[in-house]
Amino acid sequence: MSEQTARLESIRALIAAHKRWDLVFATVGVLALMVGVLTFVALFAQMMIDGAPRLSWDFFTNFPSRKPDQAGILSAWVGSTLVMIVTAATAVPLGVGAGVYLEEYAPKNWMTDLIEINVTNLAGVPSIVYGLLALGLFVYGFGLGQSILTAGLTLGLLILPVVIVATREAIRSIPAVIREGAYALGATKWQTTSHHILPYSTPGIMTGVIIGMARAIGETAPVITIGALTFIAFLPAAPFSGDPPAGLFDWVMSPFTVMPIQMFNWTSRPEAAFHQNAAAAGLVLVVMTLSMNALAIYIRYRLRKSIKW
Amino acid sequence: MTSLSQANRIEALPDTFVSDRLARRKLRHVQERIIEFVLFLAACVSVATTLGIVVILLTESFVFFQQVSLWDFLTDNQWTPLFADAHYGILPLLSGTLVSSMVALLVAIPLGTIIAIYLSEFAPFGVREVAKPFLELLSGIPTIVYGYFALLFVTPLLQKLIPGLPGFNLLSAGIVMGIMIIPTVSSVSEDAMRAVPMALREGSYAMGATRFQTAIRVVTPAAFSGIAAAYILGISRAVGETMILAVAAGMQPNLTWNPLEPAATITAYIVQVALGDLPHGSIGYQTIFAAGLSLALMTLVFNVLGHMLRKRYRQAY
Repeated sequence: MSEQTARLESIRALIAAHKRWDLVFATVGVLALMVGVLTFVALFAQMMIDGAPRLSWDFFTNFPSRKPDQAGILSAWVGSTLVMIVTAATAVPLGVGAGVYLEEYAPKNWMTDLIEINVTNLAGVPSIVYGLLALGLFVYGFGLGQSILTAGLTLGLLILPVVIVATREAIRSIPAVIREGAYALGATKWQTTSHHILPYSTPGIMTGVIIGMARAIGETAPVITIGALTFIAFLPAAPFSGDPPAGLFDWVMSPFTVMPIQMFNWTSRPEAAFHQNAAAAGLVLVVMTLSMNALAIYIRYRLRKSIKW
Repeated sequence: MTSLSQANRIEALPDTFVSDRLARRKLRHVQERIIEFVLFLAACVSVATTLGIVVILLTESFVFFQQVSLWDFLTDNQWTPLFADAHYGILPLLSGTLVSSMVALLVAIPLGTIIAIYLSEFAPFGVREVAKPFLELLSGIPTIVYGYFALLFVTPLLQKLIPGLPGFNLLSAGIVMGIMIIPTVSSVSEDAMRAVPMALREGSYAMGATRFQTAIRVVTPAAFSGIAAAYILGISRAVGETMILAVAAGMQPNLTWNPLEPAATITAYIVQVALGDLPHGSIGYQTIFAAGLSLALMTLVFNVLGHMLRKRYRQAY
């Protein structure tokens, strides 16, 4: 009897010893997550301490300058905004169109397979390679120069896979019943798509577009590669302003700079005063990308909660 | 029957008469085809992008390799294309790329794997719900911001630990790059682990295994190809990363295997040249395409490998 109890005890001790490892690993897991959290906190704190004093109205309304305390990000944020308009105008129609084609229209053949493999592979191409493509093709091949149009097209191509994948996932989650109902009432494929599929998948597509745009706004390497200038002290001409008046779309051919390039320029200078500017610009950039990402996460969260087919 | 009665009706009408509805339906058919074709063209843009990348890199590199032999490119241990005494050896750039990637992987692989195992097997629902979006946010921070962080926060910190560490070094850039890659590694690994069927875990628990034993000896081996795919995706991101290195690791080509030294990577070199004003068509201009071609080939190999491994785990269950 006592031998049995002893054996039972030893087994219990063994299990307890093994279960201790569960606890150890759970702790290690939380610590590993904490590395991420701490990095995030340190990064934010560093930029706050360094950059927050520089954040003022003047910082947003001044051009870059040789004097660090007068330098601002006017040309950078205007440039970023304009480039994003071109990027969205490129990536949204192309990406949604491609996603709709692949989900609703594409026949099962080698061409469809080729397109699908391409989309997957493009998502893994380093962004700087897109910059080289744009330098060879848009800047010199098509003669678009170092313009807002070139940058917008480049970033549009860069985020195209993100938009395509989001569109496809959103469309795939719509049950077949919806399509069958529309066809049963005599709707054509395009009527089904434009009246039902696209409206129902809009929140999902929006999520992808916002995440893509957040990525594009922070991309530096491809925009530097096409040869964007780092020092711009003027704004692109607004439509119908100036003499002779600029056309509606003249701004797309204008030279430009964007937020990340401005930040890179200030970071790579030796003076600490410029590093403060870099921190302030970084703060603006991070707040922009994080709020875009948070919006996308929120839309997806609500989508998961509210839609039950 | 229907077609017959329709045929009778059409015969009964005058020859030239086409009903409004029939005309509309014909027009509708044409419209449908046009729309399908336009959508097809949109889908083809991705193929055109790939073709564009291949053609641009190959044609510009071809001109470059007419002036510099491939042998010199691969074996010369100096990279000084912009000097009077020009050397075109990719090795110094390659060593910078490999060393910084190694440092990044030494950070990202252990931490990413631990986080993946923790989130997939250990974490309570609430922690998962908070941790996953947070990791997503971490990967959404622009790389230039990480570069700033590496240069002005991590490097001074490391300089306190390692006296004599230069202001530009591969170590701090690599560490920050590793932290940036953690979300990539952890989310792909976690997906692979969650794809492991519950029955395997239940079988393991039924044999008296603990959570930790199940995670390490059952789930991880079963998800191995997916985890390997995550590592490879991480490698390809590290190799292609640009701004962190351009900011924090310096822009001097340096053939070294020591992470404490400054060195330029392939990507940092491209940025350096693009910042200057090189005339279109000069050999200096073509060097960035040759460097870009090497980079694209490296990442292509990793991506294809990762893709194949991921396909395998999808088929397994």
